[in-house]
Amino acid sequence: MAAKFMAARATSFIGVLRDIAGHSADRRFAAFRFLLLLGAGLGATGSAFAIGMGTEEARHLLVRTTFGLTMQRVRDFSFLTHEQAVSRLLSEGNPAASKPPPAWVDEPVTPFRTFRNATAEERRRLQDRDIRRGLELRAWWVGEMLDSPSQLNERMTLFWHGHFTSSQQKVRMVQLMYRQNQLLRKQATGNFAELLHAVSKDPAMLVYLDSASNRRGRPNENFAREVMELFTLGEGSYGEADIREAARAFTGWSIELDTGEYLWRAPAHDAGDKTVLGKTGNFDGDAVLDILLAQPRAAEYIVEKLWREFISQRPDAREVHRIAAAFRTSRYDIKTALRELLGSGAFWAIENRGNMFKSPADLVVGTLRQFEIPVGDPTPLALLMGALGQNLFSPPNVKGWPGGTRWVNSTTLLTRKQFVDRLFRTDDSPSEPDADRRNLNDFATANGVGRLNVEERERLAKSIAGMRFDSEKWLAHFPVTLAGDGETVRRIVLAGEPAGGLPAMMANRELVRLLALDPVFQLK
Amino acid sequence: MNISIGRRQFLGAVGAGLLSGGLPEFVFAAPGADYGRLLVLVELKGGNDGLNTVVPYADAAYARLRPRIGISRDEVLKLDEKAALHPSLESLMALWQAKELAIVQGLGYEDPNFSHFRSIEIWDTGSASNQTLGEGWLARAFSAVPVPVGFAAEGAVIGGLENGPLAGSRCVALANPDQFLRRARLATPMRASGSAALQHVLKVESDIAQAAVRLAGSAAPLQGFPPGDLGNSLRIAAQVLAGGARVAAIKVSLNGFDNHQNQPGVHANLLRQFAESIAAFRSCLQGLGQWNNTLVMTYAEFGRRPAENGSMGTDHGTSNVHFVTGGRVKGGLYGEGPRLDQLENENLRHVLDFRSLYATALGPWWGMDSGRALGGRFEPVPLFRAV
Repeated sequence: MAAKFMAARATSFIGVLRDIAGHSADRRFAAFRFLLLLGAGLGATGSAFAIGMGTEEARHLLVRTTFGLTMQRVRDFSFLTHEQAVSRLLSEGNPAASKPPPAWVDEPVTPFRTFRNATAEERRRLQDRDIRRGLELRAWWVGEMLDSPSQLNERMTLFWHGHFTSSQQKVRMVQLMYRQNQLLRKQATGNFAELLHAVSKDPAMLVYLDSASNRRGRPNENFAREVMELFTLGEGSYGEADIREAARAFTGWSIELDTGEYLWRAPAHDAGDKTVLGKTGNFDGDAVLDILLAQPRAAEYIVEKLWREFISQRPDAREVHRIAAAFRTSRYDIKTALRELLGSGAFWAIENRGNMFKSPADLVVGTLRQFEIPVGDPTPLALLMGALGQNLFSPPNVKGWPGGTRWVNSTTLLTRKQFVDRLFRTDDSPSEPDADRRNLNDFATANGVGRLNVEERERLAKSIAGMRFDSEKWLAHFPVTLAGDGETVRRIVLAGEPAGGLPAMMANRELVRLLALDPVFQLK
Repeated sequence: MNISIGRRQFLGAVGAGLLSGGLPEFVFAAPGADYGRLLVLVELKGGNDGLNTVVPYADAAYARLRPRIGISRDEVLKLDEKAALHPSLESLMALWQAKELAIVQGLGYEDPNFSHFRSIEIWDTGSASNQTLGEGWLARAFSAVPVPVGFAAEGAVIGGLENGPLAGSRCVALANPDQFLRRARLATPMRASGSAALQHVLKVESDIAQAAVRLAGSAAPLQGFPPGDLGNSLRIAAQVLAGGARVAAIKVSLNGFDNHQNQPGVHANLLRQFAESIAAFRSCLQGLGQWNNTLVMTYAEFGRRPAENGSMGTDHGTSNVHFVTGGRVKGGLYGEGPRLDQLENENLRHVLDFRSLYATALGPWWGMDSGRALGGRFEPVPLFRAV
């Protein structure tokens, strides 16, 4: 244990030296940086041996595992070793949300029956109410992403939402979407096996993948297929017959239509023998889930997906195998998998920095957090994220958000740049509010919210107008000696060298704007 | 004077000239392909239920397999003594009567895959079931025979984030052309370098800059399209064409066909939206004098299982039917109707490889050697009118 710790220190010391060497582009302040980094390393314990990872690596860790780095956090983490930093991130995981949800989450659900029997006008009113509530719920979640002190837990909640997908578009009862979010939050860095069992019987999931109508003699394969293909094993590790048999085992899981609670309907359950992945027995749904979890492939499949979330688009088969073995041995403890992934050589490798796309959440929430831009009402941000392709509580399909290159096309790139440009622009042209209103209308349409009424739109436009970058305050984070140095600012703003070159100017608001418009700002 | 602005204005002026005076020959004259003819692909996302779209109403097995969700004989729109359209497709009857609607039946591939995601990848890349290809089939066609430089882009994706068959090509995603033009100044063309992710961003920046000089701002929005995503996307497609900008292919999509439960109402609405949008697009393009230069084709990852499931829905299936229409299309039924008496593992056997549909667009429509893009020979469907 001690040896491992010393090794980590040695590695991070080399990291600091590499850090310093990396500054060759601009030698003018090399000496200052050396002192700064050394100061960072010494500061942690006062011992000359406790060299921290330094700014560059702290930035990398935070940009990948939280929604945006803040200057304070980069500084704090730069004093820590890799191992200390990962432990600290994992210990910050508080599963409870930090803000109260909208009051209606505790109201009883509106049963399907009420919809069916309603007049056309009444139905439209109910639908409109649920669309508005959906928007409130999204805004609440964006608020959590912005302010939650449990950033890794927050990020993992979103990861699981994209894995165990359900969509408000189909589920309709907004309260069920909130309850599912509570479940994902609770187990976000908890236990995968428990999460799988719980989410499979989660009412929103039972509606989304039709389990609620999967009955003996009339099987519906939707859940049985997706639980194997997308939730646990991945394509190629099961056959069509396994799906048909498993669908029979999942019969009986249902929901109480009036309350939206999980309900076991014994008469609907098919109690005959089933054969799934070579095992035969009178299985129920939980037994099938256990069969899936017993497959070595399950741990690998999840680790590969986590790899794509945190490290790169190309999982390393040997490393995945090693980490998956630890994950299985821990009986699917998610923290174990994360500790191994974030501690792996691949996570810290230079070639895996700045090689991933920022998701809309990374770009929108991350930019506001990084530049300490105050947010009043986060609703416009939820709408913007939807327009960028990440509509919370409404993933595009059961596979969740595909991510990667799919985040950036000509429409979304221009919308991303417009957002950034608006935050950092120095001139307040009088046409700005009109542009904001037009954008809000576009975003609302793109999110299926329909037309915003005038009062609503003005309120949201005001919220956008309040989101402005305070350059003096932010640039004051840099030591006075370095405050004028563009390269120092660049190293915090971007994950790599700017594609358009470093603008030849002192560190000021315009420099930050130009860096944020550089293509590299889209990467993390 | 700023040189980059000057160049931009120059190209803009060229674009405007193309608009008013018609397109000079050189724009079309790519060796080996006539990209002046447009291809519009309509993805029916989630897997449209072919059997309730083109209904084998006279087949007793159909009523037996679909006791609860089958379309009743009295409601269908009959095409001949065997096949009929779903009643919600009424707007397509005008195209059928004008003999411009080709219905291609029995499309699929050997060793079918039942995953939405893998199967649409097969359709998007034009691969065999056991083969993984990186690029969309249209991107490969554009590599084999380049699209003329005067085009705004090789392809446009309107609505949705998936480039599908255009993945890997020089394509732009358009949600709102006016907004695109307003914002395009934020994109700067730069030489591709760095990580794969950075190269992608740089490519998109360049594609935007290139498309922006060719796209014209629109005048009044075009009228007559039904509400909904597909109507909106096809309206934008028509608007791009009306502005004089050229692309070789446009992809639009209609989502929501994965109906494992309570299919009838949802499916009827989707089909109505589909038929009304296509009919509106046709009228609009006829008005623009572009309908004879346009080929519209539907596709989807798979059809659905002939037997309904227990939740008034259908599970994933195989062979499917697709529509092809355009001013030069010779209407009628092609391929072979569903053989409900010859199911394999409860599913239909395909009779026509889906790549025959692609070979039809590449060969007879664009006039290129389809084998190069498809990596093999597929017989085109003879669905064009003799000129």
